[in-house]
Amino acid sequence: MNDGPAQGSKGADLFLEDLLARSQASGYHLNPDMGFVRALVQGLLTNVERYGYPACPCRLASGRREDDSDIICPCDYRDADLAEHGSCFCALYVSRDVAEGHRPLASIPERRPAEGSRRHDSEPVAGIGRPPLPVWRCRVCGYLCAREAPPETCPICKAAEDRFECFLSGGPG
Amino acid sequence: MGMTRVEGKDKGSLALYALSTCVWCKMMKGFLAKMGIGYDYVDVDTLADEEKTQTIAELKRWNPKCSFPSLVVNGEKCVIGFNEDTLRQALNL
Repeated sequence: MNDGPAQGSKGADLFLEDLLARSQASGYHLNPDMGFVRALVQGLLTNVERYGYPACPCRLASGRREDDSDIICPCDYRDADLAEHGSCFCALYVSRDVAEGHRPLASIPERRPAEGSRRHDSEPVAGIGRPPLPVWRCRVCGYLCAREAPPETCPICKAAEDRFECFLSGGPG
Repeated sequence: MGMTRVEGKDKGSLALYALSTCVWCKMMKGFLAKMGIGYDYVDVDTLADEEKTQTIAELKRWNPKCSFPSLVVNGEKCVIGFNEDTLRQALNL
């Protein structure tokens, strides 16, 4: 690291504290390497100063919120990357197996589509027909989410993955 | 276009497109420094508008997704992301 993370910065400490509390409360795991996390927090704070919102520190933001909304941390790609690769693009968030050291951390490919092929319309994602993703229902609290697979922990009630049922089938075929 | 030179061993022409806020980019720079390898880099997020647009266009020729870090080796290939094994292979280390 060429410019060391500001260890004593009050703003960074508060941001990190809040991030830890929020991730724990919603069943997500931060990277256990706190030096890594602190460096990312510094990047997020830089972007808050620059753009007015915490754009992903590992992606180039445009500075126009409407074009960057998909990469405001936590980004739209976090869940899919956690499921497939065990970490988000920055590795701020990691899956449980990575957090517990059962899976190594690695730089992962960019999931965000290239500029020009990003979704901009505000049409509802799902119509009356088959939705583009399956919808999962937490049998404990009723939380619904549309994604490839249920989350490892319900973000609302913290129930485990096996308490989810497929509520609506979706996706191709 | 203004790249910053880091002096070191000659492992070919290395142009690193990075972000000042990105931890994987910092790891890439740290690895090259540890190996004592010379390279040129630009932190694209710190550039002024016109130069930024120009640099992004340049990078897109190598990496259409314009993700970071991207290391262009000898104007021939582009190593995307930081992975020590891939990098060692690309630079014959």
